[in-house]
Amino acid sequence: MKEIDDLTIPDLRFAQDHEWAKLEDGGVRVGISDYAQDQLGDVVYVELPQVGETFEQGAVFGAVESVKAVSELYMPVGGRILAVNEKLEKAPELVNADPYGDGWMIVVEPADLRQLDALMNSAQYLAVLKG
Amino acid sequence: MKTSSGTTGLILNEPLLWEKGQKGRCAFSFPEDDVDSSPLDPELASGGPDFPDLGEVDVVRHYTRLSQWNFGVDTGMYPLGSCTMKYNPKINEKMAGLKGLAGAHPLLAGHLSQGALKMMFELEGLLTEITGMDAATLQPAAGAHGELTGMLVIHAYHQSRGSARTKIIVPDTAHGTNPASAALCGYQPVSVASSEQGILSPEAIAAVMDEDTAGIMVTNPNTLGLFEENIRQIAGIVHEKGGQVYCDGANMNAVMGIVSMGAMGVDVLHLNLHKTFSTPHGCGGPGSGPVCVREHLARFLPVPRVIEKNGVYALSEDCPESIGKLHAFYGNFGVMVKAYSYIRTMGADGLKKASQLAVLNANYIKERLKDVFHLPYDRPCMHECVFSDKIQSAGKITTLDMAKRLMDYGFHPPTIYFPLVVHGALMIEPTETESKENIDLFIEALKSIAREAEENPELLRQAPHKPKVTRLDEVAAARKPQLAG
Amino acid sequence: MRYLPHTPDDIAAMLRVTGAGDLDDLFSTIPLNCRRKKDLNLPEPLTEWELKAHMNALSEAMAVAPDYQVYMGAGSYEHFIPETVPCLIGRSEFVTAYTPYQPEISQGTLQAIYEYQTLTARLLGMEAANASIYDGASALAEALLMAARITRRKKVALSRLIHPMYRRVVRTYLEPGGHEIVELPYLEDGRTDLSLLDAIDDLAAVAVQSPNFFGCIEDLKTAATRIHGQGGLMIAAFTEPLAYGILKNPGDQGADIACGEGQSLGIPQAFGGPALGMFASRMKYVRSMPGRLVGKTLDREGRKGFVLTLATREQHIRREKATSNICTNNTLCALAAAVYMASLGGTGIHKLAAMNRDKAEYLKKALKEAGFSVCFEAPTFNEFVVKFPAGFEKTYLRLMDQKIVAGLALAPYYPELSEHYLLCVTETKTRQDLDALVKEVSK
Repeated sequence: MKEIDDLTIPDLRFAQDHEWAKLEDGGVRVGISDYAQDQLGDVVYVELPQVGETFEQGAVFGAVESVKAVSELYMPVGGRILAVNEKLEKAPELVNADPYGDGWMIVVEPADLRQLDALMNSAQYLAVLKG
Repeated sequence: MKTSSGTTGLILNEPLLWEKGQKGRCAFSFPEDDVDSSPLDPELASGGPDFPDLGEVDVVRHYTRLSQWNFGVDTGMYPLGSCTMKYNPKINEKMAGLKGLAGAHPLLAGHLSQGALKMMFELEGLLTEITGMDAATLQPAAGAHGELTGMLVIHAYHQSRGSARTKIIVPDTAHGTNPASAALCGYQPVSVASSEQGILSPEAIAAVMDEDTAGIMVTNPNTLGLFEENIRQIAGIVHEKGGQVYCDGANMNAVMGIVSMGAMGVDVLHLNLHKTFSTPHGCGGPGSGPVCVREHLARFLPVPRVIEKNGVYALSEDCPESIGKLHAFYGNFGVMVKAYSYIRTMGADGLKKASQLAVLNANYIKERLKDVFHLPYDRPCMHECVFSDKIQSAGKITTLDMAKRLMDYGFHPPTIYFPLVVHGALMIEPTETESKENIDLFIEALKSIAREAEENPELLRQAPHKPKVTRLDEVAAARKPQLAG
Repeated sequence: MRYLPHTPDDIAAMLRVTGAGDLDDLFSTIPLNCRRKKDLNLPEPLTEWELKAHMNALSEAMAVAPDYQVYMGAGSYEHFIPETVPCLIGRSEFVTAYTPYQPEISQGTLQAIYEYQTLTARLLGMEAANASIYDGASALAEALLMAARITRRKKVALSRLIHPMYRRVVRTYLEPGGHEIVELPYLEDGRTDLSLLDAIDDLAAVAVQSPNFFGCIEDLKTAATRIHGQGGLMIAAFTEPLAYGILKNPGDQGADIACGEGQSLGIPQAFGGPALGMFASRMKYVRSMPGRLVGKTLDREGRKGFVLTLATREQHIRREKATSNICTNNTLCALAAAVYMASLGGTGIHKLAAMNRDKAEYLKKALKEAGFSVCFEAPTFNEFVVKFPAGFEKTYLRLMDQKIVAGLALAPYYPELSEHYLLCVTETKTRQDLDALVKEVSK
């Protein structure tokens, strides 16, 4: 496993459950952090919602599986699912290889953008990881 | 150390079944075709499945070679914690194979099946005596099936009192089957942490037990190998709020002839005949998971019940409050025969002695290895002891590495990474049928592995070296599942 | 006691290491109020030789072939079992191994299960089969729960011609979770009335058994078309998988899940258990499947090997959210079925299935000619229903005294079918046996 100093923590918003969120033109893109993918180990399966479903902030929208563990995925901001990363079905390893890029999971149409602002910034998230 | 028992021998490769054989071969002796053919309507008919055609020698060599890639209790020590891999007496297998028992149709009339019914009736009696409970059903086919039965009994009990409860308390040390069985019954499991001593505290239970909670599922002795010393008090707290106490009896092998589950305050208990009562595990089953209850719950047990009247045995459906049926017939009868044979062979003193020696073996291992491996709960244990990889992980050696290396020494590894409350757990259950010499060799092997972890860690990371295959790519297997050929 | 190897010296030496004064001291953490007050009151232990005599007496108090001629099937079938089956699965490397959690030293189990999964999938026309469920009844209950998970619906329809015991087990499993069960009646020809399916909304699944409890071959294709039309799953159940040696398999007829009892395939009847819950589905549903799965992979040196896989579905990882609570299953029975299927081969299983059908047809025809009524006209495999004249009960009991069990009375299961008996004929009966049976029931 990586040491904390080896982790990549880009300038994004982070939730307590290690999801990242990034505001884009079309909505808020969501994935899991480098720390989360590293803790899980080799990701073998990602269970994602259907486009059009709506979830509250903090609700479970899917799960990410390694060989011997399952971690639920929680909505960093509430809203409607605009897109899911269909590539992950055939290539779940993208979550390990590129957690902030090709390993993204969903795009959400946020119900309330203030929820995004209330998430941690990268410095705060790093502080949480360091405990 | 002395020469270890792990070695290599001539193991033969063997292809998949369908890579062998020739069309037209058959390993079945057909009786005479003495009636006219009555072909089916072609709309319904098919040419049959695409199976390989094999001769008898093809089949025999195939499975004989496969068997040689396996490790069983008859091969060597199998200290798999929580699984009670004790010796499986050969005579018991023979008894289950007796013509009248193995060949009987389950729907035979009562007067044509007295032998089977008598055995079942007596076995229920033996199990209630051994556990200190009042009534039993043999119908559940495995431990988890017994848990489901027990949960349904508790569900029916609450329903009979007009109370619909929604939660059940499950300690964090529980087997995964506990919450899964409770969930099948519609109960929401409420997790409770064990104390610093590795057992439940009455305060923790009192804090969550309420009148919406159906009861508690407790494993005693628990999965850390410790006796839940506060169980009577905990049962009192649960009963006071109208709840019921379910005990997972997976670890009954520690306490036969010593503890009374009834006295402990347990209302429902399941047993694993394939653990405590020496029936074999058969690569994963079949098992048998009888459920014992106190008197007030007997009326909810599954049907049919085996009854006796004037020395005549019968199956009775006359139980209007029963939870119903859990199995098409009466459960894994053949497994019951083996457990019955075991109990009749051991007798009262034999069973008690078995528990005493199982506990002696575990404590002996705990004492002799606690300088080498981290022992998270340094207290007298029951039939199993739990270490962690805390010391070795400093050198980047994991429990998995040590477990794999044990194979090279000729031992089956212990249960690893369970219970979840111990990080990197190594859960060792030697059972009573291992002799002191075997256990000493096992201890020496683990000490030697601990030395290797320091001196030659790569040896462990690449282990095992002697089995037919090395570590397998489980990630690839899960990412692109190939489940059939 | 011969299973306990400790000598008094061993015990003394080991106690010294533990610090306990005697064996009782080891239990010092157990409070007094949890202990037994009296010693166990069990019968005196038996020697190996006494046990044999005792168990033989029990065994002899049972009515079994060849002393008895049993014409009863109904979910438990008498078939010839090649001696190779008990012999090979009786090898102690199989019998005394645990679940293959350590694949490097369990490749025998793992390859054998992988082969069983493959043969099962081929027999049933499915893409993935698991390593077994307890029995046919619990397999059906699990299949219905799986369909409910996949469709997120709570209502299921069961044919009334599914084995009555299976339907009872389904109730036990499904009702506490708030599932609703609708039963489909049967038609005059002995098959399920599927016309009702269109009238029921929101079904997670329909389950139809074929051959059904009356032995009749069902129209699975129509059932599949109708249930698929409303977004539910088709579950094909069975109690006699040998039938698929000559019948179109469930997969070809549109089933999404096929499950049932595999006892027929080389497993002794054993008074009802242990038997074999066979369970297979389409690959797209595999992540919702209960039970263990073995998959093929490679080791570090690139050699072929097998592992337990997709374990995140299971209780030891997903706990209360698992696809099932099952842990211990019936693997050794699955192994027996695999050895049996391998022994028959494709050619053999077709031939044996045809022989079962032919012999049953022979008896059916002979009974008809003797004036009895074969009530249901749909084609059957190796079981069928006969209506005997009123008062046949007496004949039935007389035959029992002559060591013949002339089928199963259906009235306890279908009150409307008094005097109806379900008869089963397999390859174990000769033409002579069948002629004698017809003669006796006609008396």
